Amino acid sequence: MWTWFHKLSSPPHFYRLSGTMIPWFGWLAAALIIPSLYAGLALAPADYQQGDGFRIIYVHVPSAMLSLFVYMFMATAAAIGMIWRMKLAHAVAVACAPIGASFTFLALATGSIWGKPMWGTWWAWDARLTAELILLFLYLGYMGLRAAIDDTNRADRASAILALVGVVNVPIVHYSVTWWNSLHQASTLLKKGGPSIPPDMAIPLYGMILGFLCFFGAVSLTRVKREVLVREQNSKWVKDMVTSK
Amino acid sequence: MNLMEFIDMGGYGAYVWSSVGLALTVLILNVVTARRAVKVELERLKRRYGNEPTQGAS
Repeated sequence: MWTWFHKLSSPPHFYRLSGTMIPWFGWLAAALIIPSLYAGLALAPADYQQGDGFRIIYVHVPSAMLSLFVYMFMATAAAIGMIWRMKLAHAVAVACAPIGASFTFLALATGSIWGKPMWGTWWAWDARLTAELILLFLYLGYMGLRAAIDDTNRADRASAILALVGVVNVPIVHYSVTWWNSLHQASTLLKKGGPSIPPDMAIPLYGMILGFLCFFGAVSLTRVKREVLVREQNSKWVKDMVTSK
Repeated sequence: MNLMEFIDMGGYGAYVWSSVGLALTVLILNVVTARRAVKVELERLKRRYGNEPTQGAS
């Protein structure tokens, strides 16, 4: 286990491994997202309260889940980078931020579009919505902080601290609908006694969530590759690889 | 179900399709920007190494 971990943390090994993993994640994501989206939009029955409007769930919930998942992933990578001084872990954290920000934006935007017909408003200063907006600012703050510091090591440390402090917001987003009287409906999937939707509605949703996770795998590894190239540009393996092509 | 009904989405068409369109846009932009970032960096390194005097073996 330790040798595996050690090998994985070696940048050239990780770079090559990413090259083989990215197409797998990418095609798996496409194979999950395309049929699931079709099933969600065309095959799943309409909701008895929201009619066909509920179908926004198939893009909203996966992006909202990913916005939190990516944040935890980023903060974990940043923590590993801080504790074991592993540069590759910092590179992973850096790669996560723009992807997480884009999914947080998507969750907010699709939520807003869903809110208009169902709640009668695009936006409300509600606990769930506000916490998700703070999540977007955390991602943007993380990226801004890094952009403001020239020295990579200092940027790694400062941004890791910001990412770790921001972790307190993650349970707030998740439990906001339970803790406060929220306009946002409670979770349909993650609740006691199992999901409260029938299988023909739920399966496309699970497919979309898994597809989004694979998508994150492919895109984040691509961004890590770029980050590794920048950080390892003075090493022999990068030079050999670039000049031999 | 016919095509018009599918597009209309029981009157929610504008909301559902704009959400789906936005989601697909975010997915595509993620792929394009990530791939371009790798490509740009590889090209920058190629130029950088090309300008350096070659050392050691011919």
